Amino acid sequence: MKQFISFVKKEFHHIFRDLRTMFILLAMPVAQIIIFGFALTNEVKNSKVAILDNSKDAATISIIEQIEASRYFEVEKSIHSAKDIESIFKQGKVKLAVVFPQHFNEDLQHFNKAQVQLIADASDPNVANTLTNYASAIIMDYQNRITHDRKMPYTIVPEMRMLYNPELKGAYNFVPGVMAMVLLLVCTMMTAITIVREKEMGTMEVTLVSPMKPFRIVMAKAVPYFLLSSVNITSILLLSVYVLDVPINGSLVLLVGESLLFTLVSLSLGLLISSKAESQQTAMFISLVGMFLPTVMLSGFMFPVENMPLPLRTVSNIVPAKWYYTIVRSVMIKGVGLHAVWKETLVLTGMLVFFLGLAIKNFKIRLA
Amino acid sequence: MDNGKVITADKLTKKFGDFTAVDHITFEVNRGEIFGFLGANGAGKTTAMRMLSGLSMPTSGKATVAGFDVYKENEKIKRNIGYMSQKFSLYEDLTIRENIQFYAGIYGKSSKFIKDKTEVVLQQLHLQSEADKLVKSLPLGWKQKLAFSVAIFHEPKLVFLDEPTGGVDPVTRREFWQLIYQAAASGITVFVTTHYMDEAEYCSRVSIMVDGRIDALDTPSGLKKTFNASSMDEVFLKLARKAVRTE
Repeated sequence: MKQFISFVKKEFHHIFRDLRTMFILLAMPVAQIIIFGFALTNEVKNSKVAILDNSKDAATISIIEQIEASRYFEVEKSIHSAKDIESIFKQGKVKLAVVFPQHFNEDLQHFNKAQVQLIADASDPNVANTLTNYASAIIMDYQNRITHDRKMPYTIVPEMRMLYNPELKGAYNFVPGVMAMVLLLVCTMMTAITIVREKEMGTMEVTLVSPMKPFRIVMAKAVPYFLLSSVNITSILLLSVYVLDVPINGSLVLLVGESLLFTLVSLSLGLLISSKAESQQTAMFISLVGMFLPTVMLSGFMFPVENMPLPLRTVSNIVPAKWYYTIVRSVMIKGVGLHAVWKETLVLTGMLVFFLGLAIKNFKIRLA
Repeated sequence: MDNGKVITADKLTKKFGDFTAVDHITFEVNRGEIFGFLGANGAGKTTAMRMLSGLSMPTSGKATVAGFDVYKENEKIKRNIGYMSQKFSLYEDLTIRENIQFYAGIYGKSSKFIKDKTEVVLQQLHLQSEADKLVKSLPLGWKQKLAFSVAIFHEPKLVFLDEPTGGVDPVTRREFWQLIYQAAASGITVFVTTHYMDEAEYCSRVSIMVDGRIDALDTPSGLKKTFNASSMDEVFLKLARKAVRTE
């Protein structure tokens, strides 16, 4: 045990003495969560919108006021003729135009029916889709209100309800993804690199000649990264809850437990890589291309796995982050318990046993 | 138990597939001896040394190190040997003191032993004032001397030195050999490989490996007489010329 502690202590010296390592380990997770949480969201905020109001009555003015009040829109300018619409879209600043026909309010009052046209710049289809949804929601909202006030006998109100994420907040998606990415980066890449560095330096050989068992040496190298990952899990969760307003709807214990399980899977992947790679560059390359890219591409965090062609969907099953991502979303956002994610948990546990077993076997072969 | 023999090797062999790296070598090393283990590159020195230090399993043959069997008592052997490799083996980003403490720590020495002996070693190397500086700031010669002191810090019965003086200037090499003599005088057996033939002259006995076999083993003066040579350099050249294997 004393030997083990000496080793772990030395490992912390390495980490704390290297600014770059410290940065990757502790500052990058915070930076990533903030960048992903604020800058790179799917949300469309403060989009420029143009209004062509041919009616200029109480109803249209009220709706325009609400559009303006919404944080999604910013009324760029009012236009006065339909001919202007195309030219302002071509300038590219305005993403959405709202066109009210003449006699809007009268139509509404007398026929209980009025039309409004939403024209979006669909060169970015996602944004266009989101914006028209937002705008129709605002119009529906207005319609509901007048229906209520005047006790009109009818009106069909299409109800839009966004399950789990009523505001369609991007952070709900990114927090689980960033957790998977950070843990993978810290555990897999850093662990692989630090072990391979000792092989390169020749210090590994000297420690292998010591009475310390190879398995213990490898474990001692992994322990500091496991501890630092726990720090990262804590800081990411705190940031999510207090800065990004993402709630933890499920059990915190379960969430942390699953995260530690994923940490162990990542660590064993790091060990596996380090048992094969002979240089730090190779270790870094395998970690980035072999682990990091699939995590970003195939975990469902950036692109929905459901929409992928069958071969890619099949491949995505061997990406540990995919399972972890599903677990975190279920526990954190939907608030379900272990009964709903036992299958994913089992898959991760299986991967842990497999990768760790393989890593240990490889280390033994190397020593024979 | 070890009747004065620190190493005994009997037809020790290591094969990698069809290639026989070490071919039935038989020799003994006595306690307190400085045993020179010579051979051209690729002659099998490092492989032999790795088998004796527990890094690699022999294919066949028998060997004991510090009285323990290399097949079965690997752990006990490791407790009784020190090792310094040809690659520089200290941590550059750790201080001198931290390096000493780390290596002593993984040998399971008590805190008191480590603390007291650290001061002795620092004094011996005249490094007291540098103790808390990073190893990377030291000149190469000092690093090598420090690495040697670290390798014998836990007071092993035997220390393996794999080309310890590579790339070091003649003055530092001489100082290094003084450390080796001191260690031998204190009862530590030294098993050393080298490329420098003047260093071979410093050894108590020398073995010369050619193509995985030990072709000669005697005191330096005995070897010179047998091969009718005036220096170890000549002895080595006469033997190495027979080598079939190249790197």
